[in-house]
Amino acid sequence: MGSIKDSVAIIGMGCSKFGERWNMGAGDLAIESAYEAYEDAGIGLDDIEACYVGQMYASVNGIAGSTVAGALKLSNIPVIRNENWCTAGHIALIEAALAVASGMYDVVMAIGVEKLKDTGYPGLGTGRGMSPVYEARRTAPGSFGLIATSYFKRYGFSMEQGKEIIGRIAVKNHRNGSMSPKAHFQNKITLETVLKAPIIAYPLGLFDCCGNSDGSACAILTRSDHAKKFRDDPIYIKGFGISMDAGLPHMRPGFGWTSFEALKNSSRKAYEMAGIKNPREEIDVAEVHDCFSITELAIYEDFGFSPRGGAREDIESGFFELEGGLPVNSDGGLKCFGHPVGASGLRMTYEVYKQLQEKAQLPERQIKNAHRGLSHTFGGPPQLSAVGIFGNEKG
Amino acid sequence: MTGITSFGAYIPVYRLSRDTIANAWGRGSLKGERSIANSDEDSLTMAVDAGANCLSRLDRNQIDGLYFATTNAPYKEKLCAGVIATALDFRNDVATADFGNSLRAGTGALRAALDAVNAGSAGTILVTAADCRLAYPRSDQEQLFGDGAASLIIGKEGVIAEVENSLSINKEIIDVWRNDNDRFVRVGEGRFVLTEGYMASMKEVVSGLLKRAGKKSSDIGKLVIPSPDHRSSASLAKGLGFDPEKQMQDPLLGSLGHCGAAHPLMLLIAALEDAGPGDTILMASYGDGADAFVLRVTQEITKFRDIRGVKANLESRMALSSYEKFLSFRGIVEAVSGEPFRLLPSASNYWRDQESILRCYGSKCNKCGNCQFPVQRICGKCHAKDDYEKIRYSDKEGKVFTFTRDQLAGRSDDPVVVQTVFDMEDGARFYLMMTDCNPEEVAVGLPVELTFRRIHEGADFHNYFWKCRPLRKGGIHNG
Repeated sequence: MGSIKDSVAIIGMGCSKFGERWNMGAGDLAIESAYEAYEDAGIGLDDIEACYVGQMYASVNGIAGSTVAGALKLSNIPVIRNENWCTAGHIALIEAALAVASGMYDVVMAIGVEKLKDTGYPGLGTGRGMSPVYEARRTAPGSFGLIATSYFKRYGFSMEQGKEIIGRIAVKNHRNGSMSPKAHFQNKITLETVLKAPIIAYPLGLFDCCGNSDGSACAILTRSDHAKKFRDDPIYIKGFGISMDAGLPHMRPGFGWTSFEALKNSSRKAYEMAGIKNPREEIDVAEVHDCFSITELAIYEDFGFSPRGGAREDIESGFFELEGGLPVNSDGGLKCFGHPVGASGLRMTYEVYKQLQEKAQLPERQIKNAHRGLSHTFGGPPQLSAVGIFGNEKG
Repeated sequence: MTGITSFGAYIPVYRLSRDTIANAWGRGSLKGERSIANSDEDSLTMAVDAGANCLSRLDRNQIDGLYFATTNAPYKEKLCAGVIATALDFRNDVATADFGNSLRAGTGALRAALDAVNAGSAGTILVTAADCRLAYPRSDQEQLFGDGAASLIIGKEGVIAEVENSLSINKEIIDVWRNDNDRFVRVGEGRFVLTEGYMASMKEVVSGLLKRAGKKSSDIGKLVIPSPDHRSSASLAKGLGFDPEKQMQDPLLGSLGHCGAAHPLMLLIAALEDAGPGDTILMASYGDGADAFVLRVTQEITKFRDIRGVKANLESRMALSSYEKFLSFRGIVEAVSGEPFRLLPSASNYWRDQESILRCYGSKCNKCGNCQFPVQRICGKCHAKDDYEKIRYSDKEGKVFTFTRDQLAGRSDDPVVVQTVFDMEDGARFYLMMTDCNPEEVAVGLPVELTFRRIHEGADFHNYFWKCRPLRKGGIHNG
């Protein structure tokens, strides 16, 4: 397989306010993030040669790339949409990077938009992808709750112990979110609040689940050798990995439900391209898919941030806190931003981009000396994972 | 010799105390409890469960016909027996027929099966009767009715109860009925209904059959007759010269309720569970006239001690917490249905996948032995293409691997959906909803079995599929 390490740079990004944006349509959200990105990159609409869109639900966003093209007036260029579950934003970004790396285009937009609050349902609704019969009444919390039951059992945690361990992840992300003006939720919470909250899908309680929000995020990409024409501090794409687990993990006999091939393979591919040997040491900031607190825990282990079975120790020692060895979800994560599906991958990348430029929106959230960052989404029943690795200098 | 070669019953796990019903209305309780079909059950699904319990010792490929009887078919036009025969994984060249509209539908189907086997047009027929009748709220019938299913296999080999003689009479009367747009069963003036309906017909059929068979009441070991209330069958038996204490099958009103068209067969199964070789049984059913049969129990009965009949089903029970839940399960009060699925349900998709959806087939790879459900054309392990054997999983048991209690997707009257991942002995992994359980008692390692249920009404038809449930104690499952 080839590599695009350091060939493509992000020269501008934008991110809308996330939340219940009742008075904003999908097109309005796209405008909000795209115009911030234009300004950040110092370009305009006419500079865009191709656009890659990440969106999940056609029922609320509109079909194909029509909504985004119509709102932004992207005419006479390709507008290509993907709806790869929760990874759609990352895949738009990676497709855009590959298009630039191919030499076909010089300036490309990747944008994620999701008008999730128009679904009329508190959450993503039911259905995990294949069949209206086999998968009846399956929801996202129900699908990820299975991981928690299995993880607690495998490592011998009681329900109370297990809930405390993953509860600390929610507390951490809310603390970070309290310093994120664009986040949907900006409140700090206590472990007691997490543990006393109503159950959504056993053993996951309300605060183990991410919010449901509207939002959009956008990136402008160009070839690395052109990047400094646009700005002094472009962010380089160091590597990426995408992995689909065919057949769904749950069909695999003996599948343990605590670790996912898609997570392991997508991170391994990204590390290889980026030249990362020890992610725990070499990554300075990570935005990972905390759709549920247990998901973030599984990612620590599958991404090699923590040893297998060792996530608890790292959680309890504060390793993933803002001041820890590897801050994770420094902006509050999906937990505080909510998860407008197609937008999330780009929103996470926005945080990494800003951290690597030392431009975190509030200085108290700025991670010192961050040179290399990772963003990641994980979606479906779950089965599909996408990782991007970014750096503020070449090499 | 033609007769019954196997039997199996199905009684829903939920029971509602009649005191609870009576308290809801501030009226007198008829005491005891009645069975209540779960919200995902109907006559068709119960008939599948009873049919499966009937097949424990038989090769289902030997079955030549399936007759289904009910007064409450889930479809007004569409063959239910066909769905049941498919869910039971019968051959395609089986005779199928639905019998309906009458409390005698069950015995009508039984008679038709006996005639077909006697005539030689079929070797073995499964008769499965089920009912889930609605009575007017607050009525006596609301307390006295029950939900359940009973199945018999009729054949000539390995007969456990030979049918020696039978008699049917027709007596037109408006006593118990439901018009085409009615939801609830109507019952006429009490004395008229009892004397000119039930009593008159049953007297005539029982005494007529005794005469035809050349027997006296004292020749009958057990009289098996449904009763419309707690007293009438006993007074009928007494009037016909039977000793109600010694010669009568308990009509199971106290512990179960009257299960409509299934009830005569249910009581016959209960009688067979207590019978010994050589016993004579007279079974009769009422409904605008009557059907009656004399059966003689054979030595084969001794092999049927551990079947899932009435006893095992009655022992395996869960209390339904409220009368309101019963009303809601039956749609008498409306519940928010929740969201079953976002993708487009489709009759053609359902039809195309019926081997997995209805027959419960998974695939076992011929190359590496990997087992998967539903059927996979390319093996998930060794990637062999189109090289597998289909395996029926409906009669197998598994153990819970992981689970969740999802509060988001359920009905408003039953909001917790237990999504369950469980493993079969051969390694096949299933990911299904669990039903008939106390969600708080679900645990990793819990043994489960499969049950056929109605999962949603997408595309305007009843989407049936399999769920798992905690293994019901007692008797052999359809293994």
